[in-house]
Amino acid sequence: MTPGLIVVGASLGGAEAFAGFMAGLGEPRVPVALVLHRNRQPRGSLADYLARLSGVPVAEVDDSQPLTPGVHLAPADYHLLAGERAFRLSVDEKVIHARPSIDVLFESAAESHRKQLAAVLLTAASRDGAAGVVRVAGLGGRAYVQDPSTAESSVAPAAALAALGEAGRSARVGSPRRIGEWLRAEGCGTERREEP
Amino acid sequence: MEGDLEALEIELLLEAVARRYGYDFRSYAPASLRRRVRAVLRHERFRTVSRLQEAILHDPAMLPRFVAQLSVGVTGMFRDAGFYQCIRDEVIPRLRTYPFVRVWVAGCSSGEEVYSLAILFQEEGLLPRTRFYATDLSEMVLERARKGVYPVTSMREHTEAYIAAGGREDFSQYYVADHRNAKLKSSLRQSIVFSQHNLVSDEVFNEFQLVLCRNVMIYFERELRERVHDLIYRSLAPLGMLGLGMRETIDFTPHAADYAPVDERVRLYRRRR
Ligand SMILES: C[S@@+](CC[C@H](N)C(=O)[O-])C[C@H]1O[C@@H](n2cnc3c(N)ncnc32)[C@H](O)[C@@H]1O
Repeated sequence: MTPGLIVVGASLGGAEAFAGFMAGLGEPRVPVALVLHRNRQPRGSLADYLARLSGVPVAEVDDSQPLTPGVHLAPADYHLLAGERAFRLSVDEKVIHARPSIDVLFESAAESHRKQLAAVLLTAASRDGAAGVVRVAGLGGRAYVQDPSTAESSVAPAAALAALGEAGRSARVGSPRRIGEWLRAEGCGTERREEP
Repeated sequence: MEGDLEALEIELLLEAVARRYGYDFRSYAPASLRRRVRAVLRHERFRTVSRLQEAILHDPAMLPRFVAQLSVGVTGMFRDAGFYQCIRDEVIPRLRTYPFVRVWVAGCSSGEEVYSLAILFQEEGLLPRTRFYATDLSEMVLERARKGVYPVTSMREHTEAYIAAGGREDFSQYYVADHRNAKLKSSLRQSIVFSQHNLVSDEVFNEFQLVLCRNVMIYFERELRERVHDLIYRSLAPLGMLGLGMRETIDFTPHAADYAPVDERVRLYRRRR
């Protein structure tokens, strides 16, 4: 069964890792929701930067926007949550010093999509994402973790793998590009249309 | 399934609170609501939602805490520099044409947002002609808002946000600080009426030239959002203006066609007639 939603989390160095992931995935055929920890940047600029880097359009999410194929970026200073049919935002407290938080996205998506979810945790410099990945796996979704040896910061990938181990769950481990290719093979992406 | 049991318990809890106390959270967005209920459990040290429900039903003192924890989100002064710049450059010049201005801040939380407005209005000379109505569901946050007292440690951040939003005065003139707290000047506080108003069940209570309802409807399901948009529309004077949160839009709401953008980037709109 092809996952109906992909959630991706990353921080430090995450933009390049995300571009690698998208290179493997190709043209997304399902919604791809992305939390990237960031310092205060001018709004909008990060989406443009990611789009240039990865070669696919990237848009910041508005509240209640429907889940549609393509890349949806969590806006600065909001948590991004995934419901069954739409994205929702919140300005609740930070979680592990982060807003947007990877755990918040992963846990909400796990609860709304269960087995239909693929979660991808890339390079990140805090524990954010570890609990989320465990929740995803616990509800039957697929978990993918960047190989810590390929990550600019291995804190999150290593924490996630340890937490999964403790919970008796597992994830597939690979480079961002490999993970993208696995998901493409599952039907989540297609060959990029060549520029004319 | 474990997840479903929790969903069932939350449904029962909300039903109980609505029927017993009239606070209706049943149309709140489940994804964020669920996280908040869990936070209440941790904070109040209950093992299950059912135990929390028992405490709320049998101990009325528990209710205001529950309402506060379930509804309150983060706020701040001059949050979103571009928005306040637009208030100064676009909104205030239009409001000058009125002899008297009424502003409604719906979901004002602990007051930082409406105080930011009051400061701008004072700098632009409009404060003496303006009355602010700031409302919220939670009596506990309103109590804090009325006092206008914030930790002195937060003032640095507020000053930075004020400057980022184009403020040119010395921000410290707006408060009196001791080593712990900063209290906003009474001239600001006196222009604001704080009162309880529930967007789920209460009605139009006045007519306004400007309404802000920012980062409140992000917690609501569609039907409730539509109710609130209708309530706001009926509360606005012809050509009155509406400010939403930076990631909320008027598009796809029943009144979308009744508004024209003042500045779409910062989600400021104006009633067409
Ligand atoms: C995240 S805060 C937004 C504060 C401020 N407007 C801002 O943007 O910084 C949301 C506020 O909405 C209030 N609220 C939630 N449900 C409400 C309701 N049904 N009626 C009125 N206020 C409500 C909460 O109590 C909280 O103070």
